Amino acid sequence: MAHVVIFGSLRSFTDGVSELEIDARSTRALLNALVERFPALSETVEAGVSLAIDGEIYKEAWFTPIGPDSEVVVMPLMVGG
Amino acid sequence: MSKIHVSTQVNGDQVEFLCEPEETLLDVLRDHLNLTGAKEGCGTGDCGACSVTIDGRLVAACLVLGAEVEGSAVETVEGIGAPDALHPLQRQILQHAALQCGICTPGIIVAAKALLAQNPDPSEQEVRYWLAGNLCRCTGYDKIIRAVLAAAGEMRGENP
Amino acid sequence: MSKQEFKILGTRPIRPDGLDKVTGKAMFGADKSATGMLHARILRSPHAHAEIISIDTSKAKALPGVKAVITGADFDDVENRWTRYTMQNCMAQGRALYDGHAIAAVAATSKKIAGAALKLIEVEYKILPHVTDVDEAMQPGAPLLHEGVKARKLGDDVSGNTVGYYSFGHGDVDAGFAKADEVIERRFKTAATHQGYIEPQACLADLGADGRGALWCTTQGHYMVRETCAEILGIDASQLRVTASEIGGGFGGKTTVFIEPVALKLSQKSGRPVKLVMSREEVFRATGPTMSASMDVKIGMGKDGKITAGHARLRYQGGAFPYNMVMMGAMSAFACYDLENVQSEGWDVMTNRPKMISYRAPGAPMAVYGVESVIDELCQKLGLDPIEVRLLNAAKEGTKSSYGPRFKAIGLVEALKAAKAHPHYSAPLPANTGRGVACGFWFNFGGQVSVSMAINTDGTVNLIEGNPDIGGSRASISMMAAEALGIPFERIRTIVGDTASVGFSDVTDGSRVTFAVGIATINAAKAAIRELCKRAAMIWEIDEDAVEWVDGTARPTGHNAGDFPPMSLAEIAATSGKTGGPIAGHHEGAPDKAGVSFGVHLVDLEVDPETGFTSIKRYTAFQDVGKAIHPAYVEGQIQGGAVQGIGWALNEEYIYGADGRLQNPGFLDYRIPVASDLPMIDAVIIEVPNPGHPYGVRGCGETAIVPPLAAVANGVAQAVGVRLFELPMSPPKILKAL
Repeated sequence: MAHVVIFGSLRSFTDGVSELEIDARSTRALLNALVERFPALSETVEAGVSLAIDGEIYKEAWFTPIGPDSEVVVMPLMVGG
Repeated sequence: MSKIHVSTQVNGDQVEFLCEPEETLLDVLRDHLNLTGAKEGCGTGDCGACSVTIDGRLVAACLVLGAEVEGSAVETVEGIGAPDALHPLQRQILQHAALQCGICTPGIIVAAKALLAQNPDPSEQEVRYWLAGNLCRCTGYDKIIRAVLAAAGEMRGENP
Repeated sequence: MSKQEFKILGTRPIRPDGLDKVTGKAMFGADKSATGMLHARILRSPHAHAEIISIDTSKAKALPGVKAVITGADFDDVENRWTRYTMQNCMAQGRALYDGHAIAAVAATSKKIAGAALKLIEVEYKILPHVTDVDEAMQPGAPLLHEGVKARKLGDDVSGNTVGYYSFGHGDVDAGFAKADEVIERRFKTAATHQGYIEPQACLADLGADGRGALWCTTQGHYMVRETCAEILGIDASQLRVTASEIGGGFGGKTTVFIEPVALKLSQKSGRPVKLVMSREEVFRATGPTMSASMDVKIGMGKDGKITAGHARLRYQGGAFPYNMVMMGAMSAFACYDLENVQSEGWDVMTNRPKMISYRAPGAPMAVYGVESVIDELCQKLGLDPIEVRLLNAAKEGTKSSYGPRFKAIGLVEALKAAKAHPHYSAPLPANTGRGVACGFWFNFGGQVSVSMAINTDGTVNLIEGNPDIGGSRASISMMAAEALGIPFERIRTIVGDTASVGFSDVTDGSRVTFAVGIATINAAKAAIRELCKRAAMIWEIDEDAVEWVDGTARPTGHNAGDFPPMSLAEIAATSGKTGGPIAGHHEGAPDKAGVSFGVHLVDLEVDPETGFTSIKRYTAFQDVGKAIHPAYVEGQIQGGAVQGIGWALNEEYIYGADGRLQNPGFLDYRIPVASDLPMIDAVIIEVPNPGHPYGVRGCGETAIVPPLAAVANGVAQAVGVRLFELPMSPPKILKAL
């Protein structure tokens, strides 16, 4: 089970839940599971999110593998200049 | 109003062109003579990207009318250096990595050459004040100043 | 990650595009022309906010030489709302939303005729109330820019202009403040600044009635241009071939389109190629500046210098359309520190100003300015050394960052130690002089990339990549290709391909090119090496697995491989026509793990008590870049970023009158730093390799603009004994504070 941390203002779409365990082996599976549990997150997830898996930030990649003991931080989609 | 006929010298070549009375020397160089080395960064004489010399005098080509150069000798970046040997300023700018995007580089080379023609041994401060009219947004000027000082030394025959 | 040994990386070869750029041959956006070409000009709104009642273009169309006139009515709606905002920023539909907003455009046989035609277009406006200040725009009842775009879950205490809200952090900040020996809270304001690239936007468009076309333009991302324009014009992406010119600076400002859809539409209507070049005034009035900010920062500190809690509230103004950028500020604000209790919040707000676009580390410099200023004030108050305090609190490997993830190997402590040990930090300070210190941070990104590499029969290599080279990346990419293949740098030629010649690549932004294109280049080289080894194995009649690649040559390996002399890349390539055809390698991917980057800046400055003028006397910037591929261009990035930050701190600002019009749209009144304003900028490269890149590369372009705002502000506070809380600290403001 990956340990998932919902960060900051995204919590307003998860009924205040900030940490939960999700059984998912890829980023897409994890995001699907999150949206299923918290439908209010769907707009944000569709617009794009960044995920930090064990400290490395990934932008919008569906099939990044997630280890059984990984910590995944869900953040808004980041942009550069 | 009818166009004005102008006969002048550009980078050593005799040229003739017809221009509107209000067209600038920069318009003439870029649009009529196909010399696009001088750039238009502002059109108001503030950025120095269009620096050229007229009879050895440094000007912003965007503030000079095309009709004004009748009988003069204009030099642009295209006239600096030879095919087989770059001018020391050009070479030192490359060696010092004194450019990033390169849009200001032609103006810097023309302006610095005009400085070294009248002051072959400028101080760092003299180079900085002379080039204060040539904006560069990429480099923070550090490497440009070093390159100009190195070129001046090379032109004086000093070993690098 | 242990340090690797390299042959080519870390040297300073002459960049491949250098000769063209010192001889005037390099072709920038405005340097290309076509036969039969028309010239275009754009009519812009003189009002900050107005309903467009009617536009009468009949007199302009009747002017001899005018070939096409367009308005917002010529653009059909698009499905994606973000593309719609971009389109409506290129050409207003219904309302003019800021001073300088495009209203109509003309293509004519000369610039002169196009200019004359603009004066013949009659626009009837109904002037509406406007707002340009962020705090006023957030107030309920403020003039509203767009209906129905207010951020979800916000209450009635903020207006509908508030399009984004983000918060980050962990711990209990109230408990942290209660534990502090000293708590300081300050309100800061920073002005909007412009990227200030010297080359105005420019393009040459040619689009036929059959939907096939070509576009030449100055941009940080020609695939972005292609896709945005194809969507706006309703044509197939494959049919629009976009070529990126040499680019005369961007700094984030060329990561969107402003004129390209207009030029394409004019070309389509007239059936002729159309050249459209912005004036400097148009660049200031209508292209993206960065956000202005209003911020509250509160930090608690123990007597020992340990930060017990930090809280930042950031309100950013981003112009006339929805955007999301304050998030990056909120994530960056406290990223330098290992904090138990931290919270940052941000609000994105619309106003009647030009639509903001990224500017180097977008959102971070102003947030970090607030935080680093308060830390400096706490150090002064508690009598602590500013570098010691930062070392005590510095983020390191394993730190849970203020924005969520735990850091991997990072170099902030190394940069701080280097700053402390540097002679600059211990040099004596003359009277009226102050020394400022500040840290800064940027994320850096990876993203989508395509690279195609061809091995030529003479042993040379061509490489095509899809990212415009904004500061020497063709040099660093050629160096990485040479290192990976084991051949000299001079044998490689790297070009930036157009959209029809290599696969998709994301925009040149986020300090991503050397990192992401580098990874793709190394992988393309590996693919080519596999094929080179295979051909050698065929020639030697041994097993493919029995060949390895060492120093640019194939060699037999293992005891059964046989004894053959090494075969060079050139030798294998020479016979490639007989061994199976051309040898090539390519790679397409979307690498992540770009590796965050930290910097520490030191500045000595003098303030003239009679004029309020601040002169920078000495400047040293320390930055962890992972691995410097071409150190001279890495130094250049650090120096250039530092100087842009100095300009932001001391002079640069968008000034609006009560009428909502921009008062300083030119380089004379919007004053960027010039050579005589500055000393040499010493760049000190720190190399803590990024474990996410084969050579240890981190992005390096953006971090350097983050520390200088606070470094200069802290220096001014030291020099004059009074702290200013507003940027820029222009001479009149400093005089007033004295």
